[in-house]
Amino acid sequence: MIPVCHLADLPVGESVRIDTAPPVAVFNADGQLYAIDDTCTHQDASLADGWLEGCLVECPLHAASFDLRTGAPTCLPARRAVRTHPVTVEDGMIYVHHLAEEGTAA
Amino acid sequence: MKSVAVIGASLAGLYAARALRAQGFDGRLVIVGDERHRPYDRPPLSKDFLTGASGQEQLALADAEEIAELDAEWLLGTRATGLDTAAGAVLLDGGRSLSADGVVLATGAAPRRLPGEVPTGTHTLRTLDDAQALRADLAGGARRVVVIGAGFIGAEVASSCAALGHEVTVVEAAPLPLVPQLGEEMARICATLHADHKVTLLTGTGVSRLHGAGADGRVTAVELSDGRLLGADVVVVGIGVRPHTAWLEGSGLPLDDGVVCDAGGVTPLPHVVAVGDVARAAGSRAEHWTSATEQAAVAVRNLLAGSTVATHRSLPYFWSDQYGVRIQFAGRRAPGDTPRLVEGSPDDRSFLACYERDGRTTAVLALNRPRPFMRLRRELARATRPATA
Repeated sequence: MIPVCHLADLPVGESVRIDTAPPVAVFNADGQLYAIDDTCTHQDASLADGWLEGCLVECPLHAASFDLRTGAPTCLPARRAVRTHPVTVEDGMIYVHHLAEEGTAA
Repeated sequence: MKSVAVIGASLAGLYAARALRAQGFDGRLVIVGDERHRPYDRPPLSKDFLTGASGQEQLALADAEEIAELDAEWLLGTRATGLDTAAGAVLLDGGRSLSADGVVLATGAAPRRLPGEVPTGTHTLRTLDDAQALRADLAGGARRVVVIGAGFIGAEVASSCAALGHEVTVVEAAPLPLVPQLGEEMARICATLHADHKVTLLTGTGVSRLHGAGADGRVTAVELSDGRLLGADVVVVGIGVRPHTAWLEGSGLPLDDGVVCDAGGVTPLPHVVAVGDVARAAGSRAEHWTSATEQAAVAVRNLLAGSTVATHRSLPYFWSDQYGVRIQFAGRRAPGDTPRLVEGSPDDRSFLACYERDGRTTAVLALNRPRPFMRLRRELARATRPATA
């Protein structure tokens, strides 16, 4: 369980990148928190820098789009999903349950 | 329309093929590529692929599942040599011909080369085979690398070679590289990236010839137009590209630094469209990844409709990764537009700048500021979108 930041520090529409291996991006999409692998599966770009719209995040480099709920790409050029990670809030603090091992994504 | 031939198994060619199927074309689809590889992504060739951080499998633009879904006939390692518009046929090397009701021209561009014979160890970088050859040449320990041309490809190659531990010199004929793209003030900032990483940038000098020696005629030095000699073990020539239209001469199609077509990618022949680097659409030609992908869907729609029913004028966008810095640019900058620093600092190699004319933003440039860049790029795209689109 990895502490991210205080809930108050991640307002709606914002995202934050945490330097795990691999890095994870945490989003506040309309009040719902999501965590996905931060690196676009198409080419090296940080999705935490992406454009957040509803439950979708658009990669800042080539406009590949991912569904935060499933990690699945919703359009080209990305073809592979990013992994999703469970997020919880305890005492006003956001935590990511980082799934470090390949293949353990639920 | 029963059959379509896509000439060029490139990014633009693949996106055109995808668009054909996505728009309901269920006839015969033939994709002709002069390289032996299936479509792959070129931008990493000068970056992660060159440094070895990524491999060939990561370059593929379509996986086996999608290749199967496309249901196309692939003629790879096959060069188109002519277009017989009267017969409705594409001529292929080896004397074969391919008849098709519709043709998508996606033959891209080829690197400009230095005139005359060049010694072994001299490279251009456009294709996967080029990148593999250069990578192999750089693998034998620290070398003296001279890069001719300090445009984006030259700068990216220099950056990758420096990261691999080579001693790198970049030679640029202009007094300052990237001025046509970025304007003088911003180009000056980008040029400092070379020195940050101990790469020597020599500007305002051309190359008169390359010296070679030994049984294999391997390159030993680059002779500059002012007479200076730069010792070199590997030379990379990055002095721009020419659209690949030679095979279309005599076809009757208008050629002028590309295949001349309208804003919908349609040539004077409604059943022939052009996309990507080879297309000179509505008077301008783009050599950018994003425009290649965007043009395909529009051109294919017009091809299937039999006339120009849709046009496309995307906001130009390009990016470059050099020395760990991501440079992103979007918009239409005209000479004289004034860059204004919006946030960050050039000294930190992290900033956002807007180009302005008469109080209006014409373009935006970012170094290592992807998020605000993206916001401004979207705003700019909205503001400049033609009302008819």
